[in-house]
Amino acid sequence: MNSILKHWAATALIAVSSVAMAAGGDGQSSGQAPGSGNVSKLQYLQKGEARITDPAPGWDYLWKEVLIDITVIGILFALMTAYFIWRYRRVPGGPEVGSAPKLSPAAAIGWAVIPAFVFLADDFFLAANGWVLWNKYRDVPADRLEVHLESGMYSWDYTYPNGMQTQNELIVPAGKAILLRMTSRDTLHSHFIPDFRVKEDSMPGRTTYLWFLPKEAGKEHVVTCAEYCGVMHSYMAGRVIVKTPEEFKQWYEAGGAAAKKSS
Amino acid sequence: MNLKEWIFTTDHKRVGVLYLIGSMAAFIVAGVMALLMRIELSTLGPTITSNPSSYNVWLYAHGAMMILGFQIPALTGFFANYCIPLMIGAKDVAFPRVNALSVWLFYVGIILALLTFFIPDPPDVMWTGYPPYSTITAGNTALYSFTVLILGFASIIGGVNFLTTIAYMRAPGLTWNKLNIFVWCTLGAFVLQLIFVPVLGTAVTLISMDKYLGTHFFDPTRGGDVLTYQNLFWFYSHPAVYVIFLPFFGVLFEIVATFAKNRVFNYNAVVFGGIGGIILLSGVVWVHHLYVTGMVDWIRIGQMITTLMISVPVGLMLIGLVGTLYKGSITFETPMLYALGVLFLFLIGGLTGIPLALTSLTLHLSETYYVVGHFHYVMAVAGTFSIFAGVYYWFPKMTGRMYNEFWGKLGFWITFVGTNIVFWTMMDIGVKGMPRRYYDYSHFSQFEGAHQLMTIGAAILGVGFAIALVNWIVGAMKGAPAGDNPWKSMSLEWTTVSPPPHGNWPSPPSVSEEWTPYAYDRR
Repeated sequence: MNSILKHWAATALIAVSSVAMAAGGDGQSSGQAPGSGNVSKLQYLQKGEARITDPAPGWDYLWKEVLIDITVIGILFALMTAYFIWRYRRVPGGPEVGSAPKLSPAAAIGWAVIPAFVFLADDFFLAANGWVLWNKYRDVPADRLEVHLESGMYSWDYTYPNGMQTQNELIVPAGKAILLRMTSRDTLHSHFIPDFRVKEDSMPGRTTYLWFLPKEAGKEHVVTCAEYCGVMHSYMAGRVIVKTPEEFKQWYEAGGAAAKKSS
Repeated sequence: MNLKEWIFTTDHKRVGVLYLIGSMAAFIVAGVMALLMRIELSTLGPTITSNPSSYNVWLYAHGAMMILGFQIPALTGFFANYCIPLMIGAKDVAFPRVNALSVWLFYVGIILALLTFFIPDPPDVMWTGYPPYSTITAGNTALYSFTVLILGFASIIGGVNFLTTIAYMRAPGLTWNKLNIFVWCTLGAFVLQLIFVPVLGTAVTLISMDKYLGTHFFDPTRGGDVLTYQNLFWFYSHPAVYVIFLPFFGVLFEIVATFAKNRVFNYNAVVFGGIGGIILLSGVVWVHHLYVTGMVDWIRIGQMITTLMISVPVGLMLIGLVGTLYKGSITFETPMLYALGVLFLFLIGGLTGIPLALTSLTLHLSETYYVVGHFHYVMAVAGTFSIFAGVYYWFPKMTGRMYNEFWGKLGFWITFVGTNIVFWTMMDIGVKGMPRRYYDYSHFSQFEGAHQLMTIGAAILGVGFAIALVNWIVGAMKGAPAGDNPWKSMSLEWTTVSPPPHGNWPSPPSVSEEWTPYAYDRR
């Protein structure tokens, strides 16, 4: 019990200070990927020594936190309701009508204002936490690989800085932040990588971005379209293929030379 | 029974019943669409159709008809028409012929929606109709636009009519602070409709102009912007959620107060804090539907906070509802079972919305089955359960007969179990990454078992709803006489005979100083 209280006090404190910081104006307009973000304020979302502000573990942490929050509220409310239903059921010989007391004006105001403030407190607590993680999602580390993505019915077309192109296969080095600058040549699409807890729509006429941090070389991650884009929407899938930095370098340079030759 | 009399009726009760029949027809069609989709998804790859377009059309029809053809008309068409004049002691609505026009328009809208299944290239644009797809698809976007426009007109006409009725036609002595909560809720819903429906009308009109008349509102190559549509659409369609939410909560208040034989807990907080708060906030939360579209950050953050603040008015209404049980004398007939069921379903639905209010969590959750599960709990199923609760509740008033209590309760329990199987599973696989609107989920084959479970759940759900529908039809034809006030309610609609005659009361009712619709305890 004590540890829960401590934890809540700590998170509340961080929440308040982060609101102050965020209000200080480090929110960036989208389309602009800012440089490396403020690291220290985000570290409470991580366990261990991780130094890069990777949003994915932060997502898992916040999800767990919010889940505890809503489960506690839900169970309290459900138990109270169930208790009332059982306790005030009509019994044979019992009263035929209810006898709820008429609220005095003070009680009526209290029953409106106090719950309102309790709800607001929880709202702002959650908003602050969500906001902190949001900043993390928008602050892209300066050391990154920037890939351009053009989506179309029904493929993901990636272009690397050296002009090399791949389709439906995003090959990336482990340990480096990957920034996708996205646009679409026809309808709306949404580049969703469930393993990295991130998606963002791509659309004609606008450039959007997302970033993620691949960690384990040799792994593959599903990419799927999350915005209804047409008849074959559910077949619009691809893969993120993570290689070791050496493997990636080899592949990248070979491909880059080929791309130059063909152009 | 004379068909011509029914079609040309201006009696608010008959108009209401026409709304009920039309919306239930839409419910059945949209429900069959849901079952078709569930059967299709029960195996990986093609199951009953090898054409993804068919699936997309079912999906479109399910969403559009459930929301625009079933829930909104059932709540603001049937319940409002049938109950409001009776609850405020009026002979009829303020403009009976305008009222008849609104139900005719509603039927035109339903017929347009049903045409989906008979034209060569039916709309496949989802109920949201996002461009650019809706402007380039081979599907018939115009049919979508016109369905929305006609149903919108019906709704606006109804809104003007009911606001006037509530303001000017209350019985002598029935002051604003004695109105049924349902009347307040409907008033709130119609205020929202009047403000926001024109925006939706604009959005879908512009879509059709882009597609058929060569304009470029949403075409970025000619200076348009695709996001404009999404902003317009959700500027209406988020308040539309409250157009559904408010009346269905109103129905719940009537039922819970009647079966607990209690006054509504903290009436003023419910009306001014709850309903008023929702009206104030409803227009400034739409961006939470656009968290992953690259909107500028300040508005995503701002509306994250307003979205979370919705918990205050909704919380006050929920406290009012649960508080009404306190020291009650509760009985558990079918309408009450459905209403109490909604309390729990809505609790799950409302709380699972909180993660979706957070911009950051939504980056993973949006457009997954988690969202689908959430809004089915909070709006679709909670709303439908409330509609079923309300129809059961006013059934003796409408028909003068009683439905079968055993089958009513059985239907409830079957539906309740089926609902939770389907939508809990949905949220679970959504968090794990299952995207929505998928005809085939081959690259998510790990979810096949969950999809099969949901298909079974949907079948159970369907059986439960079918039992209720059959129960009503049988009850209306040969149920036992119910008497005028079987629930011993205090509300005005129960003071006249069942079914009420044209004009509702032989002589207009008036109410006393100490009467309220919830004055059970006369100490």
